[in-house]
Amino acid sequence: MAKADGMSAAPVLEVRGLSKAFGGVRAVDDVHFAVSSGELLAMIGPNGAGKSTCFNMLNGQLRPDAGTVMLERRSIVGLPPRQIWRLGVGRTFQITATFVSMTVRENVQMALISHHRRLGSLLPRASSLHVAEADALLERVAMRDQAERVCGVLAYGDLKRVELAVALANEPRLLLMDEPTAGMAPKERIQLMELTARLARERGIAVLFTEHDMDVVFGHADRVIVLDRGRLIAEGTPAEVRADPQVQAVYLGTGAMYGHDA
Amino acid sequence: MTFASFIAQLLNGLAGASSLFMVAAGLSLIFGVTRIVNFAHGSLYMLGLYGAYTLLEGLVTPLFAFGGFGRTSLGFWAAVVLSALLVGLVGVAIEVLILRRIYHAPELFQLLATFAVVLVIKDIALAIWGPEDLVGPRAPGLDSTVVILDRHVPQYDLALIVIAPLVLLALWLALTRTRWGALVRAATQDREMVGALGVNEAWLFTGVFFIGSVLAGLGGALQLPREPAHLGLDLALIADAFVVTVVGGLGSVPGAFLAAILIGVVKAFCVAIGTQEFVGLEVSFSRLTLVVEFLVMAVVLIVRPYGLLGRPPATQRLAAESASPPRLPRWPAWAPALVLLALVPLAMPSDRYLLVLLTDIFIFALFAVSLHVLMGPSGMVSFGHAAYFGIAAYAAALMLKRAALPMEVSLLLAPVAAGGFALLFGWFCVRLSGVYLAMLTLAFAQIAWSVIFQWDSFTGGSNGMIGIWPPSWLASKSAYYWLALALCALGIAFLWRMLYAPFGYSLRAGRDSPLRAEAIGINVRRQQWFAFTVAGALAGLAGGLYAFSKGSISPELSSIAQSTDALVMVLLGGVQTLTGPVAGAGVFTWLKDELARHTEFWRAMLGLVILALVLLFPQGIAGGARLLWDRLPWRRQTA
Repeated sequence: MAKADGMSAAPVLEVRGLSKAFGGVRAVDDVHFAVSSGELLAMIGPNGAGKSTCFNMLNGQLRPDAGTVMLERRSIVGLPPRQIWRLGVGRTFQITATFVSMTVRENVQMALISHHRRLGSLLPRASSLHVAEADALLERVAMRDQAERVCGVLAYGDLKRVELAVALANEPRLLLMDEPTAGMAPKERIQLMELTARLARERGIAVLFTEHDMDVVFGHADRVIVLDRGRLIAEGTPAEVRADPQVQAVYLGTGAMYGHDA
Repeated sequence: MTFASFIAQLLNGLAGASSLFMVAAGLSLIFGVTRIVNFAHGSLYMLGLYGAYTLLEGLVTPLFAFGGFGRTSLGFWAAVVLSALLVGLVGVAIEVLILRRIYHAPELFQLLATFAVVLVIKDIALAIWGPEDLVGPRAPGLDSTVVILDRHVPQYDLALIVIAPLVLLALWLALTRTRWGALVRAATQDREMVGALGVNEAWLFTGVFFIGSVLAGLGGALQLPREPAHLGLDLALIADAFVVTVVGGLGSVPGAFLAAILIGVVKAFCVAIGTQEFVGLEVSFSRLTLVVEFLVMAVVLIVRPYGLLGRPPATQRLAAESASPPRLPRWPAWAPALVLLALVPLAMPSDRYLLVLLTDIFIFALFAVSLHVLMGPSGMVSFGHAAYFGIAAYAAALMLKRAALPMEVSLLLAPVAAGGFALLFGWFCVRLSGVYLAMLTLAFAQIAWSVIFQWDSFTGGSNGMIGIWPPSWLASKSAYYWLALALCALGIAFLWRMLYAPFGYSLRAGRDSPLRAEAIGINVRRQQWFAFTVAGALAGLAGGLYAFSKGSISPELSSIAQSTDALVMVLLGGVQTLTGPVAGAGVFTWLKDELARHTEFWRAMLGLVILALVLLFPQGIAGGARLLWDRLPWRRQTA
């Protein structure tokens, strides 16, 4: 099936027939999609559409009932999150998860230490390891000036950027970003997504993100997939998806309530 | 084993389970609503027993004399009920005077406060009732036996077996049919939400404390005809009650009932089986009774991590709050202190008392720091850290005495032995978190204690072992002082260094956010397991040093009291600072020694000091000192 021409390489992430049921409710039902290197793919859908379930199956927190998840032609189904990370998948969380007792730089250093497999070291000072590398990553997300601050006191938008730096620490092939801009001011949202897009292009990272803010989705995604009640109902460029009647029905109801009445 | 003997033992076990259920149900209710692990609950049980005795038999004091109700049926039951109600009032006093002031302090400080209450109550009981066991009368009207399958079963045991389900029924009705019960259940599920709905939390908490304490007092009072009142009941009972509560599921009253019966039955079974032979090996099941409940708990927690009827709690966090990192003390700070300490034997060679006290402090400082590694950066609170202290002390003594190894080798192998057991026990412990983890560590410590206590032929049993002295070059107090100083300083330096190395950082990462830690490739459980092992081994070094410094050891070294001592040292000093545990160990060891020399009631004094510290400095001694330092006027201006 591999294509002969070298121009379009195999996708970084390829998902087929992904399904998960919770006690009879089909949270995710036969979903398939792929993300390529340097591409930003947005996964959207109303609350309860199965986005989070889908994400948790990709990052190893949930085991799918059926389906395949291939990361660069290698199956990652059934692997724990830490092994999936080692294969080159970085994550940011909907509610930021950082080490609040550590400084910004130490958070990034922690990821670098893990990446360089030095978690078992008992003698060197952790805060003196990989300093330059950590600072370079913080520079990328414009957090270098706050490197010495403890994460517990940071503003929310800054924490999101720290998470991005942490996610980049192991030179990921794929970034999974669960609502990357939730809780941020509009201006910050645009900055963060522009930064993400730039990093993805420069480093050839495939990005899959979920998002509620349609400005972010239509402004920054290369392609969009739409989930509703666990099923994939549309896929395409932002313009195509916006024009899709089924998507409009899902988001706007049948039109009777919001669309045309006086 | 005959069927008849089993039934007799079963009835006996169920009668004992009856009281245990009440105590555990009270503990469970209090924990469910207030999230306080009430160490003083065993003390309330003890007070219930003493109270019932006094109300029945009277009390003569220099101030007044009270005749007692007399040994009539009415007098007995009046004494039981009144004693339970009085204990309920004691519980209310504890809640209003102490706990209410620290509901917003970290949970560990609430634990420390309830432990201080244990000490105070123990000495109050000592002052009023004296150190002798007080044997109560049989219950009037129920003092004969009933013949069941040719066995004589006390009538009173049968009465207890009936009373427990009645209490369960009453509690169940109160919890499901009353407004108060609805609030208790709601608060057990989501305390903040109940507060947000405008419920007066203070009164709810006080009410729950009253009911929980009444249950503890009732459980104690009802045991009067079966068991003498004595001062060791508090910690013995709290261990049993913890086990029942955890096996049943924290916060679940029916769970406590089920667990109490399960443990009663299993114990009865062990006694009834007696000594059996397996492939030529004699196994005494009746001796297992001291351990069996902890074995049951270990099994239940491994299979069902939240107990039989428990649910994973919404917010369950018995770990130190995450805070900004303490700084590693640099050598200019600690080098002069070490030099000064090293000079003490030269400056005061004849002051044996000081040398012995300081040697003790070094040993306990290492012990406390090893516990702090678990409690602080790793986020794992251990109620049973003395297991490794005691195991190492015994390992050292046994290698010296039974294997005739040189003292130096024994001392070095002691931490290895302790580390080995920590590796084994830790594998189970790191699978749990919060209170459940703490309880499992307690269970393992109790297993270690009872094996040491009962294995007369090997460990010397309750007599312990004597004549464990170092060779001549270490025989003088000064020589041993230097050895202890060197090894403890090295041990502490290693642990501190470790905390600032990648390994220690990964522990903090796992505590701060397990989700993020796993998402950057950290195997949190494995790192915690290694931390547990290292902490156990270093506690073992302290234990080995202790054995050779005293020349004799006893099972007490791995007892609950020893574990709580370490807990108090760490909490007194403050979990948030690195030097805190060292300060805590110093102050605690000195204070205990000083008080014990001057007053019979040193426990109460110690308890009051702890309470004062908890109420005044919820950040511990070192944290409090830092806070005061930061508030000094000239510091404030620069800030």
